[in-house]
Amino acid sequence: MKLVVIGNGMVGHSLLEKLCEQSAADFDITVLCEEPRPAYDRVHLSSYFSGSTAEDLSLVKPGFFDQDRLRLKLNTRGVSIDRQARVVVTSDGTRIGYDKLVLATGSYPFVPPVPGRDRPGCLVYRTIEDLEAMTDWGRKSRIGTVIGGGLLGLECAKALTDMGLQTHVVEFAPRLMAVQIDDGGGRVLRAKIEALGVSVHTQKNTLEITDGSGMGVGGRHAMKFADGSQLETDMIVFSAGIRPRDELARNAGLAIGERGGIVIDNHCRTSDPDIYAIGECALWNGRIYGLVAPGYEMARVVAQHLSGGSIEFNGADMSTKLKLMGVDVASIGDAHAATPGARAYVFTDERKQLYKKLVTSPDGQHLLGAVLIGDAGEYGTLLQMMLNDIRLPDAPEFLILPSSDGKARAGIGVDALPGTAQICSCNDVSKDTICSAVEAGSRTVAELKACTKAGSSCGGCVPLMTQILKAELKRQGVAVNNHLCEHFAYSRQELYHLVRVQQIKTFDDLLQRHGRGLGCDICKPTVGSILASCWNQFVLSKRNAPLQDSNDYFLGNIQKDGSYSIVPRIAGGEITPDGLIVLGQVAKKYGLYTKITGGQRIDMFGAQVHQLPQIWRELTDAGFETGHAYGKSIRTVKSCVGSTWCRYGMLDSVSMAIQLEHRYKGLRAPHKLKSGVSGCTRECAEAQSKDFGVIATEKGWNLYVCGNGGMKPRHAELLASDLDDATLVRMIDRFLMFYIRTADRLQRTSVWRDNLEGGLDYLKDVIVHDRLGIGAELEAEMAAIVDVYEDEWKKAIDDPEVAKRFRTFVNSDAGDNNVVFVEERGQIRPATADEKRSRFKGIAVVAA
Amino acid sequence: MDGAGAVSPAAQWVSVCRIEDIWPDTGVCALVDGRQIAVFRVRDRDGHDRYHAIDNHDPQSQANVLSRGLIGSIGARTVVASPIYKQHYDLTTGECLEDAAHSVRAYAVRVDDDHVWIAV
Ligand code: SRM
Ligand SMILES: Cc1cc2nc3c(=O)[nH]c(=O)nc-3n(C[C@H](O)[C@H](O)[C@H](O)COP(=O)(O)OP(=O)(O)OC[C@H]3O[C@@H](n4cnc5c(N)ncnc54)[C@H](O)[C@@H]3O)c2cc1C
Ligand code: SF4
Ligand code: FES
Repeated sequence: MKLVVIGNGMVGHSLLEKLCEQSAADFDITVLCEEPRPAYDRVHLSSYFSGSTAEDLSLVKPGFFDQDRLRLKLNTRGVSIDRQARVVVTSDGTRIGYDKLVLATGSYPFVPPVPGRDRPGCLVYRTIEDLEAMTDWGRKSRIGTVIGGGLLGLECAKALTDMGLQTHVVEFAPRLMAVQIDDGGGRVLRAKIEALGVSVHTQKNTLEITDGSGMGVGGRHAMKFADGSQLETDMIVFSAGIRPRDELARNAGLAIGERGGIVIDNHCRTSDPDIYAIGECALWNGRIYGLVAPGYEMARVVAQHLSGGSIEFNGADMSTKLKLMGVDVASIGDAHAATPGARAYVFTDERKQLYKKLVTSPDGQHLLGAVLIGDAGEYGTLLQMMLNDIRLPDAPEFLILPSSDGKARAGIGVDALPGTAQICSCNDVSKDTICSAVEAGSRTVAELKACTKAGSSCGGCVPLMTQILKAELKRQGVAVNNHLCEHFAYSRQELYHLVRVQQIKTFDDLLQRHGRGLGCDICKPTVGSILASCWNQFVLSKRNAPLQDSNDYFLGNIQKDGSYSIVPRIAGGEITPDGLIVLGQVAKKYGLYTKITGGQRIDMFGAQVHQLPQIWRELTDAGFETGHAYGKSIRTVKSCVGSTWCRYGMLDSVSMAIQLEHRYKGLRAPHKLKSGVSGCTRECAEAQSKDFGVIATEKGWNLYVCGNGGMKPRHAELLASDLDDATLVRMIDRFLMFYIRTADRLQRTSVWRDNLEGGLDYLKDVIVHDRLGIGAELEAEMAAIVDVYEDEWKKAIDDPEVAKRFRTFVNSDAGDNNVVFVEERGQIRPATADEKRSRFKGIAVVAA
Repeated sequence: MDGAGAVSPAAQWVSVCRIEDIWPDTGVCALVDGRQIAVFRVRDRDGHDRYHAIDNHDPQSQANVLSRGLIGSIGARTVVASPIYKQHYDLTTGECLEDAAHSVRAYAVRVDDDHVWIAV
C-alpha cells in the first residue's frame, strides 16, 4: 500500500513507529517533513536552553529511516492534494501518488493581529529554529516579555529568566493558566511565578507595539495596553495559543471546523475516507487536543485501522502538569467544577503557597477533577482515582490536607488500581504492561522505560511507575533488596553493625563469615571504609590495600591518562606565603600543572605513580600533609575571613574552620564530606551548601546540616543554634558518626537525610535531644578516631614495604610512555589522541 | 602453575618479578619488550594464590591502568575493574564483560622458583 504522511512531528512520527512495529501489511511510506530535521521532542523543547542539543531531542532511533519501506523527504512541504488523482504535490514540484494519506501537520503559534507584531525581536516558540532565534535575541536583550500566561507562556518565561533577562508575562485574562485553574489557584500560582523573578501583568490587552524610548538594549519596543499603561521591552515572545495547520485540507475541500481544525471521525478519518488526520491539526467532536498523549492515541487508532483493525478514538483526558522546576502546578479533569451538582473541597495555605482543590460527584463518592498548586505530589494518585472511577474514601478532604506528623496519608495504594489503569498516558502503558515487564525481569525504572516506553516522554508518570515497580517486586518476593552486591546479602548499615558488634577487623574475616565469592569493586571499598571508620586502620596496610580504589590505593586522584593529582591539605583555606612558595617550587620541579580548586586549595596534576613518594617527601618535609582529595572522607572546611579582618564578622570563622578540618581529617565515611564556616549571615563560605555548615551569629554558632552542591543541590537545614565552641563540636561529632553508622554506600548526607524517616525532626531528636541515648557513644567513637590520626602520605613513604609499591613498572624504572603532555598557557596538559599520534612527526611535546 | 590465555608454540617465557613483589589481591605492571602487561596475584577462599596476566592498556579509557584496578569475582569469573570507568575484564580470558568488542589479550602465567613468568 502506498502511504503518504505529511508532517514528521511528534504524532506523525509515532504513527511511523507503530506501523513499523506491526509490520504486518507491507507499506511503502513517503514522509514529507517541512522542517530541516526529522521528528524531535517538542515537549522537552525548553531543555534546549539548559544545554540539550538537537540530537538529544531527536525522537528518531538510529537507523530508523534506513528501512527500505520508508522514504523521508526533509525540507519538503506538501503544497496541495489532488484527491481525484490521489496525488500530493510537494514544494519541489514532485507529485507523489497515494492509496492512503495521513495529515499530521500539527499547529502553529497564534500571533494576535497587533500592529507591530512583525518587528524584529518579536518571536514565537514552537520549533528548534524558534529557540535559536530566542537565544540570539536573548544575547542582545536585557528585558524580555511573553505574551500569554498559559502553560507554554510560563515555560517560556522561565526560559527567559534563565537566560538572565528581566522577564514579564502579559496575560489578557484575569489570571494565569486560565484554562486549567480557578481564581484561588491563580492567586497562589501568580505568587510563585513572581517568586521566580517574573513580573506578571494580567488583564492586559495589547493594542500595539512601537519603538521604545531606550531604542537599544533595555527598551527596543514599547507595548501599549488598552488600559493606557505601557511596558518597554527588548524582545517579545508570543505564546497566545495555537491554531491547527489545516490549510492543505481546507484547499482540498475537506470538512473543516468552524474555528479551524480538520474534522475527523472515531477512526480519525476526514471527510475523505482515504485521508486521515491526527495530532494537533485534527478536530474530534468539536475539540482540538493541544497535548501529545491524545495525538499518540490517534496515531495508534490509524495504525490499527490501516492494518485492518478497528479500535476507536474516544476522546482523551486533558489533565496536565506544568513542567517548571520548583513550581508544582497540576490540573486534573473538571478543575472548574462545571459538572452540574459537583462539590468542591479547597485547601489553601498562603504562607507556604499551597492551593489544592478536589472536585467530586454530588454524592462525594467519585473524583471529577482537581487543582494542585505548590505541591503536586498527589497528581498521579488523584489522576488514577478519576480515570478509574475509584471510590473515594469517606472523608475525601484528607486526600489533599497536609498530613499531621507521622500519620500516613489516606491515599490509595497502587494495589487499588485495576490492571487496565493507564499509568503512562503519553505512551499508553497500562499497569498490567508494567507488571508484566517486572515479571519478565525489569528491576529498575530505567529498564522499564526502555522496554515499555512508559515514563519516557513527559515523565509525569515516573513516581507512580516507581511505586508499582516496588510493590510488584515485593509481591513477587524479588526482595527489593538492599544487598550491597552479589557477595554480601546485607546493606551497608548491616555490614557496619556486623563489623562493630563482632569486632571484625579484616575483609577476609567478614567475607568468610558473611559473604561469598571474592568480593568486588563495590564491596571491597565499602568494607575498607567501614573498617577505617570503626578501627581507623591504615588504609595501605597489606591487608587493607587490596580493598582500596585506585585513588585510595595511591593516595591521589587518578586522571584520564592514568597520572595522578596531588592535593595537600590547606585547612580552612589559610596558607602562609612560605607555604605557597613550597607548593610552587615542588610543582615547578616536577613539572606539574597547578590549579586553585573550588575547595580553597591547590591541586597539582600530572604525576606518575613512581614520582608520588618523592613529591610527598618534599611536601611533608615542608609541613604539608595529605588533603584526602581521593578519599570518601573530609575534603575541605571552607572559611570566610571572619571577625579577624572583616568589619561584619561576628566570630572567628577561620580558626573554627581550621579546628574542624583538623579534627575530622582522615575520617572515612560512606561518601565525601564537605564543610564551611562563615563569620556572619552574609555567608561568604557558602556553609549552607555543605554536609555540615557553621554560621556565626551574635549569640554563637548556628549549625546547618545535609546541604549539597554538586549534582543535585540542596540547602542545608538548621539543626541547632546559638552554640558555644564545645557544644558545636559535640553536635558535629554526633551528627557525623550517626551518618557514618546509618548511611548507604556513596550516599551523601543530603540524600541520606531525604531518605531518613522522620526527617529533620528525627535528626534533631537523635543529635540534639539525644532521644536514643546514644549521644555519648557517638562522641566516644569519634574521639577514638580523632586520637589516632596519622598522615597517610608520611606513613606510606616511611614504610619501605609500602613505598616499594609506588612504581610504574615492577621490573623497570621507566615511566609510562603513554603519559604525554603538551603545553598550554604556560603549563602542561595531557596530549589528545591526535597529538599523541603526531608526536613522532616533530610536534613539540613534553614527555613525562 | 597457573595457566591463563593460550600459549602459542612460539611463545617465550619471561620472568617479570618475584612473587613477593605482588601483594595478595593486587596487581603490578611489567614492561616486556616495550609491552605493558598487568600481572595479578589473586588469593582464593582457601588461601591459594593464583596468578593472571592481561594487557595493562584499558581500551575504554585509552590509558595504561588495568594493573591498578580492584580485583574481585562476578559469578564464577575472576575479574579486575578498570580504575577509570570501572568496566570489568575477565582475568583468565581478557574479555570485557560490559563490551566484548573492547576485550584485551590474556597471557599465560606460571610460577617457578618464587618467580612469576609470563608467556609472550
Ligand atoms: C579539583 C576539583 C575541581 C577544581 O578544580 O576546582 C574537583 C575535582 C573532582 N571532583 Fe569535585 N572537585 C572540586 C570541588 C567540588 C565542589 C565544590 C566544593 O567542594 O566547594 C563540588 C560541589 C560541592 C559538593 O560536593 O556538594 C564538587 C562536586 C563533585 C561531585 C558531585 C558530588 C555530589 O554528591 O553531588 C563529584 C562526583 C562524586 O563525588 O561522586 C565530584 C568528583 C570530582 C572528581 C573526584 C572526579 C573524578 O573522579 O576524577 C574530580 C577529581 C579531580 C582531582 O584529581 O583532583 N565532585 N566538586 C575541586 C576540588 C576541591 C578540593 O580542594 O578538594
Ligand atoms: C514548548 C512546548 C512545550 C510543550 N509541552 C507539552 C507538554 O508538557 N505536554 C504535552 O502533552 N504537550 C506539550 N506540548 C505540545 C506538543 O508538543 C504537541 O501536542 C505535539 O508536538 C503535537 O504533535 P503533532 O505531530 O500533532 O504536531 P507537531 O509536533 O507540531 O508536528 C507537525 C509537523 O508537521 C510539519 N508540517 C506542517 N505542515 C506541513 C506540510 N504541509 N508539509 C510538510 N510538513 C508539514 C511541521 O513543520 C511539524 O514539523 C508542548 C509544545 C511546545 C511547543
Ligand atoms: S565538575 Fe566534573 S569535570 Fe569539573 S572537576 Fe568536577 S568532576 Fe571534574
Ligand atoms: S505520562 Fe508522560 S511519560 Fe508517562
